Amino acid sequence: MKGNEAMAEAAIQAGCRHFFGYPITPQTELSAYMAKKMPKIGGTFLQAESEIAAINMVLGAASAGVRAMTSSSSPGISLKSEGVSYIAGSDLPCVLINVQRGGPGLGGIQPSQADYWQATKALGHGDYQLLVFAPSTVQEMVSLIFKAFDKADEYRMPAMILADGMLGQMMEPVEFPEKAEVAKVEKPWATNGHQGKRAHNVVNSLYLQAPELEKHVVERFKRYDIVKANEVMVENYKMEDAEVAVVTYGATSRIVKSAVNSARALGIKVGCIRPITLWPFPEKEIAAAADKVQKFLCVEMSMGQMVEDVRLAVNGKKPVEFFGRTGGVIPTPAEVLEQIKKLAGK
Amino acid sequence: MLGLERYIVVTGHYGSGKTNLAVNLAFDLRKQGLPVTVVDLDIVNPYFRTADFRKLFEEQGITLIAPPFANSNLDLPVLSAEVFSVFAQKEGYVIFDVGGDDAGAVALGMFRAHFERISYSMLYVINRYRYLTRSAEEACELLCEIEAASRLKATGVVNNSNLARGTEAKDIVASAEFAQQVCDKLKLPLICTAAVRPFADELQGKVENIYPVDIYVKSVWD
Repeated sequence: MKGNEAMAEAAIQAGCRHFFGYPITPQTELSAYMAKKMPKIGGTFLQAESEIAAINMVLGAASAGVRAMTSSSSPGISLKSEGVSYIAGSDLPCVLINVQRGGPGLGGIQPSQADYWQATKALGHGDYQLLVFAPSTVQEMVSLIFKAFDKADEYRMPAMILADGMLGQMMEPVEFPEKAEVAKVEKPWATNGHQGKRAHNVVNSLYLQAPELEKHVVERFKRYDIVKANEVMVENYKMEDAEVAVVTYGATSRIVKSAVNSARALGIKVGCIRPITLWPFPEKEIAAAADKVQKFLCVEMSMGQMVEDVRLAVNGKKPVEFFGRTGGVIPTPAEVLEQIKKLAGK
Repeated sequence: MLGLERYIVVTGHYGSGKTNLAVNLAFDLRKQGLPVTVVDLDIVNPYFRTADFRKLFEEQGITLIAPPFANSNLDLPVLSAEVFSVFAQKEGYVIFDVGGDDAGAVALGMFRAHFERISYSMLYVINRYRYLTRSAEEACELLCEIEAASRLKATGVVNNSNLARGTEAKDIVASAEFAQQVCDKLKLPLICTAAVRPFADELQGKVENIYPVDIYVKSVWD
């Protein structure tokens, strides 16, 4: 399946019956799949008049307790940012998909990873975080969509799949679970009609008194601490005896692994650390690696964004170098190999 | 080759392998010494398209006509006026690589009047392992949509069933029945079954009309 279609199908199998979108390259096949499939299964596909409308429809659907999703690509995600902040401020679960393309501005339509900061630090105003999952294969796109819905429900917070154009557009074989296991999360807070049996539920992000708002934000950050303690996902590739660690995520990790294999063939002890959750970031795992390896290299399709989190985690113990291509240019395995050779002094 | 007319239209589902088939056909027809022109008609898919192979085509003396903004950051569904020139060609082959699904086939529709005046082969590429065309019914339904959008009729089916790098010879063998069902339902001939070169020899005699192909459409890390 194509990455974009696989994510759409996974969302449906995860119980999502409400999708609100607006077309944008290189994400459009996802919306197109939803448009075709949702009416056949009694779901709602709605092409909104804008990204801003779509995200606010997600807010409404999520308030009613259903699994809701929207998807877009970089400039469209920027437009959705206000709504995402409102969703986070209302403690609502939902899934957002960003199939990244080059930026800033209208940028380009080729793959990019330049929205790392946006996803992990600042998708909208206010004190809040998103769960951010970064798949590197079409199969992983599927498993992380299931996880994103489950974890969003569990922690009552928005979850994002941070993909890129390459993953969205590529074809790979993919297996779906025979019977999808979907976590059943009770949502007693949902505004789905009290039918005279309970008090009104209120979904809101406005608090009239500053101490009241502070109390809610502090409570939310206590939840974030639980997320940080329990939900970090990371892959170590050939790290057992590695002297150089290449930190990378998403589609770029496929290129890096190819370069790591070539470097290993040349006798260079190099491995790869791949954060699968970008928030929560695998700080402890990278800090632990800093006690073992001599050098770090961070490879991204950007001017260097995740590298800042890597440097924070390494905390000055070892040098952290960066290599990246940007604007929609994809680094090649040969370019990454050159960087590894340089670091290894070969 | 394969009983194809001089004008060959390649249609099918997104990711069914249309582009890879089109590139293989172009190289094989060129080897026969005749002029070959490839027309990239895909204005719905930004990546993995025949325009990616401009350099390879030039090396082989194959002419490429691609949308003027293909592979740029300008996401405009615009076709080159040069496309019309191929209908005046007196000799050689012209291969149209059409965008996926009915959405991609819309662009083909604008040339209907030209196609009506010539003989052409319109190939419907199917992949038994492609999620949305796994049953013969689904595959037939999709062709109906493509024909409605393009206002042209398919003349044959190409069985391109594959699981990308995970494909094994047995997967191709197992797809034969599906391909036959699609052909029977559509009342169209099976033009060939595409198989990557290592398997092509192995499958000769086991599967009818094997067409050996190389893989050109791949990821940067392959």
